[in-house]
Amino acid sequence: MTQQLSAKPMSPLAEFWFYFSQNRGALAGLAFVVFIVLLAVFANFIAPHHPHEQFRDAILVPPVWAEGGMSQYWLGTDGVGRDILSRLIHGARLSLLIGLLIVTLSLIMGICLGLIAGYFGGFVDTAIMRFADILLSMPALLLAIAIVAILGPSIVNSSLALSLVYLPHYVRLTRASVLSEINKDYVVSSRVAGAGSLRLMFITILPNCLAPLIVQATLGFSNAILDMAALGFLGLGAQPPLPEWGSMLATAREFIQSAWWVVTFPGLIILLTVLAFNLMGDGLRDALDPKLKQ
Amino acid sequence: MTNDKKLLSVNNLSVTFGTGDNPFTAVDRISYDVDAGEVLGIVGESGSGKSVSSLALMGLIDFPGKVRADSLTFEHTNLIGLSENARRKITGDEIAMIFQDPMTSLNPSFTVGNQIMEAIEVHQGGSKKERRAKAIDLLQQVGIPAPESRIDSYPHQLSGGMSQRVMIAMAIACDPKLLIADEPTTALDVTIQAQIIELLLKLQREKNMGLILITHDLALVAEAADRVVVMYAGQIVETGPANEIFKAPRHPYTQALMNSLPESAEGHDRLKALPGVVPGALDRPQGCLLNPRCPYATDRCRVEEPGYYGPEGRQSKCFYPLDDNGRPTQ
Repeated sequence: MTQQLSAKPMSPLAEFWFYFSQNRGALAGLAFVVFIVLLAVFANFIAPHHPHEQFRDAILVPPVWAEGGMSQYWLGTDGVGRDILSRLIHGARLSLLIGLLIVTLSLIMGICLGLIAGYFGGFVDTAIMRFADILLSMPALLLAIAIVAILGPSIVNSSLALSLVYLPHYVRLTRASVLSEINKDYVVSSRVAGAGSLRLMFITILPNCLAPLIVQATLGFSNAILDMAALGFLGLGAQPPLPEWGSMLATAREFIQSAWWVVTFPGLIILLTVLAFNLMGDGLRDALDPKLKQ
Repeated sequence: MTNDKKLLSVNNLSVTFGTGDNPFTAVDRISYDVDAGEVLGIVGESGSGKSVSSLALMGLIDFPGKVRADSLTFEHTNLIGLSENARRKITGDEIAMIFQDPMTSLNPSFTVGNQIMEAIEVHQGGSKKERRAKAIDLLQQVGIPAPESRIDSYPHQLSGGMSQRVMIAMAIACDPKLLIADEPTTALDVTIQAQIIELLLKLQREKNMGLILITHDLALVAEAADRVVVMYAGQIVETGPANEIFKAPRHPYTQALMNSLPESAEGHDRLKALPGVVPGALDRPQGCLLNPRCPYATDRCRVEEPGYYGPEGRQSKCFYPLDDNGRPTQ
């Protein structure tokens, strides 16, 4: 008689993975992201040389497969004889860290502001949203440059600047989701049961707004890496000799004609990382958005 | 009938929306009582203020809406004038509410067990194991099969009827003294409706709760309620014991409501309908609010607003209450 009435329902994680794995691009993106993360974590063991070490007898050595390449410098060396592969591997660390920092900062601030705006409405809502509109009305990179120029060029300052630039996207997204959730009966029923404002905002409503935010954060990650590289390229981000991908590009500018590898590899890895994050973001959106599920 | 059994006493409750010259009165000076262990049915067509009055009771009317009342007494405490926090403590502990659409009234991000246990935790405490056992017991009480495995389901994995049962389980989790069911069966299909109502009434009897049943289903009220309040355009037009109201309605509106039931049209070609719609903010008539639609309206009804007539507990807001044969008295 003790017969199980129904098969155990799919756990949310299993369901998520089922939909995510349907998307090959997303799987490829995920694989590359995992690869980059592993590189970053084990950079000290993987990189053949120290990223700052200058081999004066091996300046502008081409990659190993090209004519004149040396086997100890797989991807060649740059203008002062530093191993490009090692710098790229250590750069992954920096880029991921910066991406994570920027996304986390803007996500946390954006969620708080968006929740407050959507939940309380009225004047608070107007004030926060007009502030977001003002931020949005300026070109993102220009605004970031202006902020960095005020604070002074460094990695931390440019991360702060970029988090502020990305803030409005998260505020708007959170507010929109909150507005669509706040009038649902489950929120009212929590209020009836005696839940206070903070509980309603962060425990009742927020979890139901997370899906679009996760997608936006993944896509924002790639934007953050890209814009950080742009700031680095302009000399406003990481300062030499830090092996940041954007500033590597910037110092390699003078060799565009003579030594293609110095420019190509940092550019290529930025491209691949950004692409991987975008593909993964698309897959996440497909898996998390109930409207796209069959 | 001033006795200790009186659980809730609403006295001249009004809710208005909008400001300036033309505020819209959604609920207009209504008064009613609910005794412990009593089922009170509130009926009326859409827009008659049934739901708004219960939301006002729970303090859920937000800014543009204004709530006024002479008193809202729940167990000797006047809820009007209490601070938000004090009021929340009382309503959360002693009054529970069930909503119309079960599919949106459970939080989609948490398992049903989680949500029931949360309600228990806030109001009664206890270790996690005890709370889980209690939640399973509650699910059992509301008739959910295999509660041990269902407790870990998410709301989207349940049907509408099951979700409504879970809602009921959450509502009775902290043994409320008063349960407000706002059209609890409207979103469910007919076979499930009967089961849910049966369940509600069974729990109401077992726990001796007061139950306010808000609905536009007259058959349901006739079957379930002890007393009935009929609302029209935000006002109470008739109150009385359920069997008396359905046997001999005193107010023309109640009569019209009952005539518009399909059962009463048997043998006729067309259903008898009351012409017109509930007056909105801008077309409220002078005098009795029903006069443009009332078949018995006189000149007096078009000028003067009627008061309540009839004995205590069996009143109607009409100058010419209907007699037992359904004819207006002159």
